[in-house]
Amino acid sequence: MSTVANPTYRSRVGYQAGLLGGFAMVAAALLVMGDIATRDAIAERRAEDLLASLSQVIPAASHDNDLLADTLTLPGDDGDITVYRALRGLAVSGVAFETVGQGYAGPIRVLLGVGADGRVLGARVLAHTETPGLGDKIEAARDDWILAFDGKALGDPPESGWAVKKDGGDFDQFSGATITPRAVVGAVKAGLDLFARHRDALTASAVQQVASGE
Amino acid sequence: MSNPEQPAVDWSRIARDGVWDNNVVMAQSLALCPLLAVTGTATNGLGLGLATAFVMVLSGLLVSVLRGIITPQVRIPVFVLIIAVLVTLVDLAMNAWMHDLHKVLGLFIPLIVTNCAILGRAESFASRQAPLPAMFDGLMMGVGFTLVLVALGAVREVIGSGTLFANASMLLGESLRWLELTLIPDYRGFLLMILPPGGFIAMGFLLAGKRVLDRRLAARKQARAAAAVPAGA
Repeated sequence: MSTVANPTYRSRVGYQAGLLGGFAMVAAALLVMGDIATRDAIAERRAEDLLASLSQVIPAASHDNDLLADTLTLPGDDGDITVYRALRGLAVSGVAFETVGQGYAGPIRVLLGVGADGRVLGARVLAHTETPGLGDKIEAARDDWILAFDGKALGDPPESGWAVKKDGGDFDQFSGATITPRAVVGAVKAGLDLFARHRDALTASAVQQVASGE
Repeated sequence: MSNPEQPAVDWSRIARDGVWDNNVVMAQSLALCPLLAVTGTATNGLGLGLATAFVMVLSGLLVSVLRGIITPQVRIPVFVLIIAVLVTLVDLAMNAWMHDLHKVLGLFIPLIVTNCAILGRAESFASRQAPLPAMFDGLMMGVGFTLVLVALGAVREVIGSGTLFANASMLLGESLRWLELTLIPDYRGFLLMILPPGGFIAMGFLLAGKRVLDRRLAARKQARAAAAVPAGA
């Protein structure tokens, strides 16, 4: 790139600073516009995804309400946790909520469905940043591993069983990825602990709310 | 804006450079980070390759159009800005309007920003060429990158997990489910090949293979030239 061909004003600091600043401003403006243009659509897709995931962890036969409409909030360690309730009539047949484990490359968000009896109805990984080809076996679409949680509860397996086999527990790890399944097992366990702590509030409130509302 | 004495564009030269002679990975040894990170399976390689090619075409176009006002001193940050904005916008748009594809490719899109090959092409080609050749160069470089990704992914997948194009239907649609092959049933897996070291090893063999092939081709060309000289004389 020859400087001879460039007019002299272009070699001034002011022009270059302005150029860089101008590009940064245009970039910022484009990103804002992109965000505004896509925000609603993305939120919609997220809601669809959430409903699809919820239907995987809460059997459709177990409830007759709109899962996205009947929610409770619980105070969690990192902000409030939204709990989706499955109601059959007024009785709570199960709840679903998000629980987070710290994976190899970032947080792993797990959607956990728990029956009123405290057993896992189903668990699905919503989002993760684990290594493709290694840690992504936690996705139900790629592997059956996540189905191993179905029907499990606190005490079944016992406390020591809530770990991957390498740590003396009941759940398989993957070859080459131990941290990822360990994080998911921990997240499910933490979710069940949370359910146990708030069991009364989570399973009894539907009737009470309706009763107090009348 | 453009140089009037610019030589005519040699389209086949651009294509040959991108796919073989000056291949992003095989000749320039660029983009190894995303390459080794995702080529555990051929499908992942294909996904990253397609996404990268798309961004390369767009960045080639933008850099080429803007080359008249960008000064050499600030070109690198400006190029980085252009590429980062492009990748982010592609990510947002795909998330909003091609959501199923985004669920599969979403993992790879941020990796494109770390691909120094895009910056390299912006710097060495797009910033000196008219928009059309710059876009074509981006496309061809992207195709070359995709071929290497798929080849490396296929080798690592077959040796590492005994399958080929596993989960390809998630990326390409149900109609291409036949691509998913289990070549070695009941294979226990060879972890090394799936991990990054296996990527480096397979990569080494691929590079060596290309060298051997190139040398053979050159030798054959020389032999043919030598044979042609006496005949012509």
